[in-house]
Amino acid sequence: MAPDVRGASLVALAAGVAAKTWKSRDLVEAYLDRIARLDRKLGCFLLVDRDGVRRAADAVDKKIAVGASVGPLAGVPIGLKDIFVTRGIETTAGSKILKGFIPPYESTASGRLAAAGAISLGKLNMDEFAMGSSNENSAFHPVHNPWDLERVPGGSSGGSAAAVAASLCAGTLGTDTGGSIRQPASLCGVVGVKPTYGRVSRYGVIAFASSLDHPGPFGRTVEDAAALLEAIAGHDPMDSTSIPQPAGRYREASKAGLAGMRVGVPKEYFQAGMDPEVEAAVRAALDELARAGATLVPVSLPHTQYAIATYYLICMAEASSNLARYDGVRYGHRTADAGSLEELYAKTRGEGFGNEPKRRIILGTYVLRAGYYEAYYGKALRVRRLIANDFTAAFSQCDVLATPTSPTPAFKIGERSADPLQMYLADIYTVAPPLAGVPALSQCCGFTKSGLPIGLQSIGPALGEEAIFRVAGAYEARTDWHKRLPEDKS
Amino acid sequence: MPRINSEEVREIAALVRLRLDETEVERMTHELDGILGYIETVKNLSTDEILPMTHAVPFDCPMRPDEPGQSLTVDEALQNAPRRREGSFEVPRIVPGTPGTPGTGGA
Repeated sequence: MAPDVRGASLVALAAGVAAKTWKSRDLVEAYLDRIARLDRKLGCFLLVDRDGVRRAADAVDKKIAVGASVGPLAGVPIGLKDIFVTRGIETTAGSKILKGFIPPYESTASGRLAAAGAISLGKLNMDEFAMGSSNENSAFHPVHNPWDLERVPGGSSGGSAAAVAASLCAGTLGTDTGGSIRQPASLCGVVGVKPTYGRVSRYGVIAFASSLDHPGPFGRTVEDAAALLEAIAGHDPMDSTSIPQPAGRYREASKAGLAGMRVGVPKEYFQAGMDPEVEAAVRAALDELARAGATLVPVSLPHTQYAIATYYLICMAEASSNLARYDGVRYGHRTADAGSLEELYAKTRGEGFGNEPKRRIILGTYVLRAGYYEAYYGKALRVRRLIANDFTAAFSQCDVLATPTSPTPAFKIGERSADPLQMYLADIYTVAPPLAGVPALSQCCGFTKSGLPIGLQSIGPALGEEAIFRVAGAYEARTDWHKRLPEDKS
Repeated sequence: MPRINSEEVREIAALVRLRLDETEVERMTHELDGILGYIETVKNLSTDEILPMTHAVPFDCPMRPDEPGQSLTVDEALQNAPRRREGSFEVPRIVPGTPGTPGTGGA
């Protein structure tokens, strides 16, 4: 018997496969059918691997039929942001410069999901090289928000967030450098988790800003996200910045309740510029946490006003270096004709990169130049420490911080794309946690009058994933926001 | 006074091997000037006693034995190359030679 996958939780679907209530193949057909009906308008997928996912589902079903042991996510159809390299499956990072790239290896995170039994429906749309907050920077096509097709899903993991919101996948993976998991999770009304830096391996994740890139999961429920994180977290010898400690018990934490926890409310995250409906919903969520047994503690993160500038300085500098490898020689796009090696590089890169990577390469190089280095990049590294120190000080007074995720709900496609600076400024609540490396989660905490989701962000200390899962799980257990679904628009 | 001019943008674009057309140079100069104006706010902050932070989470870099491991085969490494020849990536000639000999010519 095939279940209705619309609104279904990944954990429940996995349990049904394990109990032989339904087959993995039934789930795959149900999701493929939804993708065929709905994704033409949403644009979540860059590639749907119909044959591969059917083969994988049949293999899981066969194992279960003969009683062989399978992983905790066996047979569950998931999707991967197209920044995770997948062996034998085209991987583009949303860029024309990687069009046609067939990786000869697999990212650790996607490999671990497969080892846990999850099967991949395909590759999800994103801002080019994860640079953007609206998914409008995809070199292929934009993603539309399932709650309102005229609006953005957020970015850069817009396809991953929208695919979970529209029930095109049971869960997905994304990456977060300055908010690229949490902001789209907020704008699409799903759960998105950016774990501690180094908690999930970056091996096989196409690099944007290496000291800030964090892979992480999207789920319909807090427990779904916890189950995905348990599968992908843990030490990886292939990533020298991977944290050696074993992964935590996130699912358990999501059901542990929050009695006795101190929830810090940073005053800098509740200032002018916030949409009044967002502020009202987040303040109501704080009241709910207090009713659930948490103590609210006013705290301060005094360097918040410098976080966006610091973040963009560092990420552009790192991006300018990471993107040097795309030169038309070893993989990806190569210009049709060039008389010299120098011309080959310059034309290939000029043709292959979109506007946002070009801006960041130029500006990143500018701030690293001799004469400017100390004034810009060196300064940013020092302010980064001040921002991280703010979090350390705050966590001496509380266990978790609760804030809005995005100052506004989803905005209209085209509304901000003409002005890159305006787009950057909207990242105000999400850029500081990656600078400090601390974990953070976004979940739905209400809707605007016009029906757009609003996000609540929980931030924990380094390796404090359990604490944010406790808060998020307890909040979800007391509210119904996560049960609301966008209409199917075919 | 603008913080960055179109001449600097052209110069950096040449350094990073990125061909931009004149429309792109003009648009980018204007955009980058605005962005630099904003990010300069960090300059107002005193950080004299603060050490730069290059890594978010401090921990000891783990060591492993220095032993050869599995790596890509030559074929795997070359499978995505736009042009390849005799087990190598092929690029336009970078040293002077006779035109028409192997390795000559465009992309």
